[in-house]
This record gives sequence, structure tokens and C-alpha cells, in this order.
Amino acid sequence: MPYRPDSVLVIGLGNPFRGDDAAGLLVADGIAEAFPDIRVIRHTSDGIGLLDVWAEYGTVIVVDAVVSGSPPGTVHVLDGLETLERDWFATSTHAVNLAEAVELGRAVGRLPSRLIVIGIEGNEFGLGESVSAVVGKAVSDAIARLVEITGR
Amino acid sequence: MKGKVIKVDVLCRVEGEGALLIKISDDGKVDAKFRIYEPPRFFEAFLRGRSYAEVPDITARICGICPVAYQMSSVHAIEKAFGVKVDGQLRELRRLLYCGEWIESHVLHAFFLHLPDFLGLDDAFAVARDHRQVVEEVLRVKKTGNDIVRILGGREIHPINVKVGGFYRAPSKADLRPLVDQLKWARDSAVKAVPLLAGLPYPDFESDYEFVALRHPDEYPFSEGRLVSNKGLDISIDEYEQHFAEEHVAHSTALHGVHIGKGMYFVGPLARFNLNADLLTKTAREAAKTAGLKPGCCNPFKSILARQVETVYACEEAIRIIEQYEPPERSYVDVTPRESMGCGCTEAPRGILYHRYRFDSAGLVTDAKITPPTAQNQPTIEDDLRRYVTPRIDMPLDELTWQCEQAIRNYDPCISCSTHFLKVRIERTH
Repeated sequence: MPYRPDSVLVIGLGNPFRGDDAAGLLVADGIAEAFPDIRVIRHTSDGIGLLDVWAEYGTVIVVDAVVSGSPPGTVHVLDGLETLERDWFATSTHAVNLAEAVELGRAVGRLPSRLIVIGIEGNEFGLGESVSAVVGKAVSDAIARLVEITGR
Repeated sequence: MKGKVIKVDVLCRVEGEGALLIKISDDGKVDAKFRIYEPPRFFEAFLRGRSYAEVPDITARICGICPVAYQMSSVHAIEKAFGVKVDGQLRELRRLLYCGEWIESHVLHAFFLHLPDFLGLDDAFAVARDHRQVVEEVLRVKKTGNDIVRILGGREIHPINVKVGGFYRAPSKADLRPLVDQLKWARDSAVKAVPLLAGLPYPDFESDYEFVALRHPDEYPFSEGRLVSNKGLDISIDEYEQHFAEEHVAHSTALHGVHIGKGMYFVGPLARFNLNADLLTKTAREAAKTAGLKPGCCNPFKSILARQVETVYACEEAIRIIEQYEPPERSYVDVTPRESMGCGCTEAPRGILYHRYRFDSAGLVTDAKITPPTAQNQPTIEDDLRRYVTPRIDMPLDELTWQCEQAIRNYDPCISCSTHFLKVRIERTH
């Protein structure tokens, strides 16, 4: 696919069966529903797969659950091209989490030119298909922040 | 370093959650526990009452890295129960799907999870910085495996196209053909990477393992065959439970596998290679030769070589299948449920994965048993650790801890299959 600098890709990361870890997926779903013309991907497999997807887009916004010590429900907006705190993303049960995927992408020259990471502070990651109430609210906040970022 | 404890509260670079606790007593005795403390999966219980048709999709959720293995073991067990035989092109397509999974699982493990250990590096990005070309190629090889699963399975993770009796939709030749060039490239890349892997520092560490794998008269095994070992085992899959059992141990939420009357055993790529090397393709056999890997290898650290040889094989087998492929008339065989019991045992990337189901006359599950490869390897992992540490108790604690972790990663343990959960912190006590 040819590189289009004005193109936007939204990636929701997470595990739909691990409580708050679904936060990124819910944001992706929300964006997909509200803006059918924005390319949205739900990515539930390991972070390595991101390297195949994001290099073709001008602006990539990735949304994921994080654990940073902030109050649950906090919405962090980060420059993904800066070094991300690996520990924040350690809730992933997959081999390579988002921070690690960015480092790998940096090492092999496969990063988008603009990468924004929206991290939703989670709290409950046990088995289950629903997010906690505070994270549910944060999902709506994150969607609003994302819409601002894309200038819609 | 007597009277010491090596404690890794959470292992990194394994799939899922596990921990390591090794105690060295004052008189130099070593006790090793590979702890798994994820909340146990209740799949075996909540499959009860479900329709046979749902079983492949539900069990695929057990693992994000090897869902195809779960789907294959379950469909074979169910088809056995209902007296259904899936043959011809549908059987070939299933082998193709498994090729895809082996490729992506093996290269992920070999290069991103295990190779850093051998190079003395912390992680895969350090490897990428030092060996950029290798890592770029590995990413492409992995993607090839993922593409097979996506095109044939309908989705990269938890394929949606697999059903009891075959597939919901069989691919066209045009769907599969584009994969051939990619697979040839991947095969060549995998062959090219063998000298790098062969030249890694391997500890001198061997044991008289009982290797257990499937054995088929005509093909390197995926889903069919007899269960054999290097110590005289030769049984049908139906006899599995007469020879293998699972035991509960206090420190783990996964069950430990035992060969009844014999003890621990070893499943996975090294077991498969040792028992089936003669059935590899010529290129794969040559890759093994280049790697210095011979049947009878009993150094678990060399599992990384067996994985690479299997990656080469899987590429070639996938090419063979696609080149001969003609779409079948129907994408599945009809299935009529009946009151019955059936077992299936297939070779997941990490070793044999056994499923057994009982059904009522409507085809609802009344009973299920799922034995993943990592649970079967657990006693062997612990024994390896005990034997590995015993002559090395005077090593600096940091170094020994890391080598123990590396020793666990020999088994590419898929802890999500045998239990579940992940946090990473390392604590050392003296």
C-alpha cells in the first residue's frame, strides 16, 4: 500500500477476555462506529504484528490499557516516538507489548512518522469480558481526546 | 553459594505467567519449583453442556499463540467420536494451517524469546540493534506464517474458518498461490539463519529423556499417527490415558504430566525431531546437518535448532500442499452427533496436545479433558533446573538466575495453555 502522509490509522490494542485490557479495543470500536471513513484496527495479537501495519500511515494513534500507578481511568496521551515506559504496558500477556514493538520498530526502521499513544489506566485485569466502570468512562474520554487529535 | 535462594517471581519472555523458585540448602542440595500461579482455567468445566460445534472455537481461546493446535486436537477428537473421517484436500488444508502456526510460533520463540539468552542480551530489541538484517528477515518469515493462518483460517488469531468436518469455506487456488513465493523466500531465509543458531554457545547439558511424539508412517507428524517414544512406547492415541496421567502439585495451578509407571517425559520439537527426522524434507534434513543436530540429541538447549529445522520443514510442506491444491467439491464433511467418546492428539508447536470429549446423543459435551504440552513438560523442566543448578551453585546469583530462566525457555512454555497470567519482577534473596 503506498504511503500517504495525510492518512490516519487508529489501532486499538488489548485482550477482550481480560477485563480492563479491552479498553483499547472499546475505543477502536467507538471510533469505527462514529467515523466509518477512518481506518480502524482491533489488534488482539502480539505487538510484532503492528510493525507490518503502521508504517504505511502518516499518523498512527494506538490505544492501549496501561498500569503506571496513576488513578484508574486516567487517560494518558503520549508521543509514541519517545521511549515508552515498558512497565506501563506489562499487562499484555503476549510476547511483545506496545512499548517493545516501538523499540523493535525503531531498531529495524519500521515506525510511522507520527505515533500517538493513548494509554488508559486500568485496574482490573482478571478473566472477564467487561471493563470496570471507571475505565468504561475513560473509554469515552479517550474517544473524545482522539477525535480532538485527528482534528475532526 | 550454599544456603541460597534463586527466586524469579515472574518469568519474562515466556508466554503467560510462571515463576521460578530454587532453594539451595546449606549442604548444597538443590530443590527446584517451576511455579505457575495463574488462576486455573476452567475450560474443561465450562465446555460441559456446549454443542460439539462450538468446541473448536471455545478451546481456541485457550491460547493466543497456538489456537490452531486447539482447534485441530478438538476437531479430531470430535470426529473420532462421531465416526467422521476428513481426508483428501481438506486434510491437506488442515496440515497447511498447522504449517502456518508452526512457522509463526517457532520463529517468534527462537528469535524474540530465546535467542537473546544465547547472545547475552536482555531482549529482542537488543538483538535487533546488533543483528538488524536477521531480525528484519525473521519478521517477514513470521508474517508468512501469520498470512497462511489469516488466508486459510479467516483471521490471524483464533481462526474462524475451522469447523468439525472441515472448513466453513475452502480457499480458491488464487487465494493460496501468492503465498508460494513468500514461502520459498521464508524457507531460504530460515535455512540462511541456521549457521547463526548453530554457532551459539550451548551448555554441556544432557539427560536420558523419554521423548514422546506422534509418529506417522508417511509424514512428519501434525495431527495423526501413533504415540511413540525413544523408550519403547508405541500406542494409539485412544490409549493415551492408560499411559499418561496428570497430577496436582501444591505449588502450581497446572497439572503435572506423568508417564504412568515411568515418570517424567519430554514433548515438543526436539522430541518430534528425534523420533521423526527421517520424514523431514531433504532441505530440512540438510538444515539439521548444518546445525549439527542429529536424532538422539538430548541437550534441551538445542531445542532452538529443532525449531528452526521445523520452520524450514513447515515452509516446504506448505509449498507442497499449495502447489498440489485443487479446491474440494465441498468444504466440509457432514457430521451427525451421537452419544460417544473421542480423543484427539496433535502436535502443537510446543508438543503433543491431547483432547478427549464425551458427548450425549444431541452432541452436547458431558465431559472434557485437555492436556497441554507445557503441563506434560513441567516435571522435566523442574528436573532440568535441579540438575542444571547443582554443579553451578557457586556461580554469581544474577548469572545463574538468568541461565535458569534460559533453561525454562528451552521448552518454549506456553503457560497460558497450562494455566494463565503475566507480571514481571525479579527478586533475589540470599
